[in-house]
Amino acid sequence: MSVLIVAEHLRGQVRPITLELVSAAKELGEKTAVAVIAKDPASIADQVDVEGVNEIVSVKVEQEEFENDVHRQAVEQLISDRSPDVILVGFTVNGMGYAPALAAKLGIGFASDVFALRRDGDDLVAERSFYGSKVNAEIDFPGHDRVLLMIRPTSWQPAEGDGAAVQAKLEAGISGSRARHADFQEVASGGDVDITAADFLLSVGRGVGEKENLGQFEGLADKMGATLSVSRPLVDQGWMPNSRQVGQSGKTVKPKVYFALGISGAVQHLAGMKTSGTIIAVNTDPEAAIFNVAHYGAVADLFEIAEELEKLC
Amino acid sequence: MLGDEVEFTDDERDVDPDYLDFALNEWDTYATEEALRLVEAAGSGEVVVVSVGDEDAEDAMRRCLAMGADRGIRVEAEGRLDPIQVARALAEVVQSENADLVFAGVQSSDSVQAATGGALAGLLDMPSVAVVTKIELGDGKATVNRELEGGLVDVVEVDTPAVLTIQTGINEPRYATLRAIKQAEEKEIEVRPVGDLGEPASRIRKMFVPPKGEGAEMLNGGAAEVAQRIHEIVQEKLA
Ligand SMILES: Cc1cc2nc3c(=O)[nH]c(=O)nc-3n(C[C@H](O)[C@H](O)[C@H](O)COP(=O)(O)OP(=O)(O)OC[C@H]3O[C@@H](n4cnc5c(N)ncnc54)[C@H](O)[C@@H]3O)c2cc1C
Ligand SMILES: Nc1ncnc2c1ncn2[C@@H]1O[C@H](COP(=O)(O)O)[C@@H](O)[C@H]1O
Repeated sequence: MSVLIVAEHLRGQVRPITLELVSAAKELGEKTAVAVIAKDPASIADQVDVEGVNEIVSVKVEQEEFENDVHRQAVEQLISDRSPDVILVGFTVNGMGYAPALAAKLGIGFASDVFALRRDGDDLVAERSFYGSKVNAEIDFPGHDRVLLMIRPTSWQPAEGDGAAVQAKLEAGISGSRARHADFQEVASGGDVDITAADFLLSVGRGVGEKENLGQFEGLADKMGATLSVSRPLVDQGWMPNSRQVGQSGKTVKPKVYFALGISGAVQHLAGMKTSGTIIAVNTDPEAAIFNVAHYGAVADLFEIAEELEKLC
Repeated sequence: MLGDEVEFTDDERDVDPDYLDFALNEWDTYATEEALRLVEAAGSGEVVVVSVGDEDAEDAMRRCLAMGADRGIRVEAEGRLDPIQVARALAEVVQSENADLVFAGVQSSDSVQAATGGALAGLLDMPSVAVVTKIELGDGKATVNRELEGGLVDVVEVDTPAVLTIQTGINEPRYATLRAIKQAEEKEIEVRPVGDLGEPASRIRKMFVPPKGEGAEMLNGGAAEVAQRIHEIVQEKLA
C-alpha cells in the first residue's frame, strides 16, 4: 500500500502530528511519501526527513500559513499525481478544515479520529470510538481502493531517526483562496496561576453542575494544597478563565497528581493530561472513559467525596 | 447519548437503539444561538434547522425551534449514515434554500467525526472554516476566529456564502421558555424524502466495549473510606 501523508506546520515549525503519522504509516505501507505544502517547503522538508519516509514531495504555494482552499486544491492534485492507496491527515483543526471536504468531493473511503490501524489481508481496518469513547468500532472500506484517514493525535509515538528520503516537487495550480489567514491572536495569557507548573491539580468538570458549587472545590483545592483546573465546558460557560482549562484547546499539563472530579474523559480533554504522573478519577458513571487512563478510580458522587476529604485536611 | 449500560444489535455492528437517549448535540445548541443572533442583528432573515434522520430527530429540532429558529426541514433517513452520506442529503437542502450561511457543529458528541460540515462544503464547493469561535459579518465576506490547538486564534477572512463549523463557547445559548417550547410545537417541520446517498465511505465491522486494559485500580467502599484512600495516595505520590 502506498501512503501519502500531509505534513502539518505552523509558523515554520512542523507539528508533532506529522511525525506521528509517519509512525502510523509504518503499520501499513511499503512506500510512504510526505507532502509539504508551504511557502518555503525546504525548511519544513528538513524537519520531516525521518526514518520511514521514502519520499518528500514539496508543493510551493504563496500562502505562508494554512489556508483551507489551498490545502483542498493541493492535496487533490497530489492525489491525482501520486495515486496513493491511503492518505493520512491529522485529526486536527487544520485537518478538519479540508480533509472531509476533499474526501466528500472525491467520493473516496473516509474515517476520522482513527487511533489504530491494521491490515487484514487486502483490507485496511481502522479503529475509532463512538458514544463518548464508551464503545469502539472496527471499520473497513469495502468498494474503495483509496481511503483518507484522519488520525487522532498522540496515538502513535513521533517517528525519529535520520531519514534518506528522495526529494520531489509538484507544481500545483492554486486558483484562489476563499478563506484567507489574516492574523494570529495569542491566547490571553492572563489569569492568576500557571496550571502547567503545578505538581498537584484538582480538576473539576461539568459534573459539578452549577457555578455556585465551584466555591466548594476552590476551598478543597486550597486545603489539599492543590491548584484548581477545569474542563472546557466550565470555561465555555464563563465560570472560569481559560488559563485554567486543561486539554487540546487549553493547556497540556503533566503534574505529579491529577485528581479529576466529574470529568467524563473526552478525547480532547485526555490529550491535555493523560501523561500525568498519577491520575485519580471520581465519576458517578462506571463506564466513563476517564477510568481508561486513570490509575485510581472511584465510582462515587463528587460532592460526597469532597465533603469527606475536607474533614481529612 | 449512551447511558451507563450498553447492548449491541445482533449483528454487533451498532449499539441497540433502546440504550440511546436523544438530545440536541451541544455544538448544535451554540450553532443555533449564533444563527439567531446574526439574524436578529441583521434585523431580517430566517433561521432554518435541518436534520437528516428518522422521527427521533424531531425532538432535537424542536429544541432549536423553541430557541427561536423559524422552521425545520427533516430529510427522512434511517439507520447509521456516515458523515459524507449525511452531507449528500444536506447538500440538496442547502441548494434548494439558497442559504447565506450554513452552520454545523464542530462535532457530534456521539460520533466525534468533525466531518459533516466540511464534507458539505466539499460537495457544494463552498468556502468553509472549521472550529469557529467568533463571527463578524461583512459585505460578501465574514471575519471569523478559528480556534487552533492550545487556544491560538487564527483570524480568517472568508467569502460568503460559506459553511462554518461552530465551536462551543462562541456565545451563551439562550434557554427556551416554557411558552416558547409550547409555541415550537406549532412550527413547521417539513419532511422531505431522501435522495441518492451514494456509496458509504466506510462500514462498521464490529462494535464492542473497549477492553479495560490495565485500567484503573478501583477504590471501593463508602465515601469516607474512598476519601481516606485518595488522601493517602495523594500524600504518597507528592512525597
Ligand atoms: C476542537 C475541540 C477542542 C476541545 N478542547 C477541549 C479542551 O481543551 N479541554 C476539554 O476539557 N474539552 C475540550 N473539548 C470538549 C470535549 O470534547 C468535551 O466536550 C469536554 O471535555 C467535556 O467536559 P466534561 O468531561 O467536564 O463534561 P461531560 O462530558 O459532560 O462529563 C461530565 C461527567 O461528570 C459525571 N458526573 C455528573 N454528575 C456527577 C457527580 N455528582 N459526581 C461525579 N461525577 C458526576 C458524568 O458521569 C460525566 O462523566 C474540545 C472539543 C473540541 C471539538
Ligand atoms: N444527521 C444529521 N443531520 C443534520 N446535521 C448533522 C447530522 N449529523 C451531523 N450533523 C451536523 O454535523 C455536525 C458534526 O457532526 P459529526 O461530523 O458527525 O461529528 C453536527 O454538530 C451537526 O451540526
